Amino acid sequence: MQEIISRLEQLFAEGKINRVLGWKKGDLAYNPEVSYFESAEALKDFVYDGFCGANLSKYMIQGSALEGVTAILLKPCDTYSFNQLIKEHRVDREKVYIIGIGCKGKLNIETIKAMGIKGITGIKGAEIDCACDELTVETLYGDKKVAYKDAMLERCHVCKGKEHMIYDELLLESADTLDGDRFAGVDAIEALSPEEKFEFFRKELSKCIRCNACRNVCPACSCRKCVFDSNKFDSEQKANVDPFNESMFHIIRAFHVAGRCTDCGECSRVCPQGIPLHLFNRKFIKDINEYYGDFIAGENAEEKGPLTNFTLDDMEASERR
Amino acid sequence: MVKIKRENLAELYKLISAEKSLFVPAKKAGQTNYALYGADTEVDLDTLKTVKSAKELFFPQSETLYNVKTVDNKYTVTQAELQNEEFVVFGIRGCDLKGIEVLDKVFLSDPVDSFYKARRENGITVALSCNEPEESCFCTVFGVDPADAKGDITATLCGEYLYMKANTEKGEKLLSDCASLTEAADESEVADEKAKIAEILKKLPYANLSLEGWDGTVTEEKFNSPVWEELYKPCLACGTCTFVCPTCQCYDIKDYKTANGIQKYRCWDSCMYSDFTMMAHGNNRTSQLQRFRQRFMHKLVYFPANNDGMYSCVGCGRCVDKCPASANIIKVIKAFSKEVD
Repeated sequence: MQEIISRLEQLFAEGKINRVLGWKKGDLAYNPEVSYFESAEALKDFVYDGFCGANLSKYMIQGSALEGVTAILLKPCDTYSFNQLIKEHRVDREKVYIIGIGCKGKLNIETIKAMGIKGITGIKGAEIDCACDELTVETLYGDKKVAYKDAMLERCHVCKGKEHMIYDELLLESADTLDGDRFAGVDAIEALSPEEKFEFFRKELSKCIRCNACRNVCPACSCRKCVFDSNKFDSEQKANVDPFNESMFHIIRAFHVAGRCTDCGECSRVCPQGIPLHLFNRKFIKDINEYYGDFIAGENAEEKGPLTNFTLDDMEASERR
Repeated sequence: MVKIKRENLAELYKLISAEKSLFVPAKKAGQTNYALYGADTEVDLDTLKTVKSAKELFFPQSETLYNVKTVDNKYTVTQAELQNEEFVVFGIRGCDLKGIEVLDKVFLSDPVDSFYKARRENGITVALSCNEPEESCFCTVFGVDPADAKGDITATLCGEYLYMKANTEKGEKLLSDCASLTEAADESEVADEKAKIAEILKKLPYANLSLEGWDGTVTEEKFNSPVWEELYKPCLACGTCTFVCPTCQCYDIKDYKTANGIQKYRCWDSCMYSDFTMMAHGNNRTSQLQRFRQRFMHKLVYFPANNDGMYSCVGCGRCVDKCPASANIIKVIKAFSKEVD
């Protein structure tokens, strides 16, 4: 981590950057927050560890309005979102200095807590410099050991790779964390009967509390005003009465980000009710791959996406390849 | 005081639910929230905090207030029925119970909210002690004793038993209705458990959080502080904190158009949302900084100013657990105490 701080201090000293968009130490072992660091001195509170899962890309929409150059720290998967935001003209490439940082998989405190671990007072092994493959979770009820892999976010088990899709410079090495099949969850749902599918989605989506965390964190949801926030039509967007409404919200959102979603997994990470929202997006990604050939949104900032491009080879809507 | 073996709790739930609606912390798709007890309910007393607080049982996220129907160009207005049957909230924690005290200040003072009042009068709370408080808990800062929460009944899990003690007439009645399943017990049997909880509470990371400098008199000073400028930045403007909070009480009132009229309903609102308190002239808070500041000023300054010093935070720590940006009331309080240093 010191390597990052030293480099940022140097960039400040050289006058190349005006601020840093990164993560600030939290007051618990696992709750760093996104922060702008306005000077080299402010970096004393900087942190980059296993709990820095937050994708900073979307914060650069606001960051683009600030004066001068903002240095942004992007993990490999975050760069896909950033490219997509450039493509959609939501961030200003000229105002950002991208430091692609290594990643060894990000941790999910909810996963750790779901193991029955409570009263967490400290976590060792989440440091980026630590080569350990085990976490020691210190709690009020004794120390617990957890394999690093077992505490990772779902998205890290299906990691898109160690390459950064866009950067001005690179720092730190990444680790291989891929050990799962990205579409296994979608395949499992596709194999269900219509009744079972309905039951699955009703059960999951009935937990939704309409907090909009999934939408607000989503780098593909960058509309200035969401249709669900409009006061010009009745959408019952805050009323939590009927799973139908909740389902509509999530399905419409999934349609809206289809072809633009990079599968960054932030929606599932932030959902307070643990709804596996990424499954919707992955279903679209899987279908797009099948219908139009393999495509990963955000691989570059120029290429037209399959749903915004027309070619004579495109399949007819009624045929299935 | 009476006790019942843990393994017989299902019998207790059946007995209570045969007579009254019984709400319990129930696990569904991996998460625990309050739900109406039924044959296939997976009751979960081990999870300390339900995602949504017990607030929703007295002040639901959405509820219909009245219906308007048009027949032959004439309107009929029918008020939604008020709660008129007793119901039991089983397993409510001390923090959520204190949250109801906060809501009482809002909804039971003039003009009284008849929907809320009816639920309060008919609700019977069985408050469950917190055997294993968690790192995000700071209810003691607000005077809550999670080892002895005074619901209509105080319940404590200890060893193989659930111990129950009535604190009110309603509680005594419920315990006598369940007498066939319980046996007599002595308070000394839970003394060790209570002492153990008290020891853990002292070790919690936020046990010594100081609220010095926060009261109803500091509006100008806090409102104009430059600290907000930095604090709000990570905020995603979602409504998670408000919707999991046991004390957030703001709501919106809207129309739902039916085939021949409207349903007037209210639903929780969030001061984090851009349409919060939207009026004909527009919105009086136009930036996220203003919205973020509003939430904490309300909890720590405006509410105490209007309610004899009572804060509208009860230290349940749900926002600490659930804020997707890890911005929360603790960080706000701490940031201001740094400023004073």
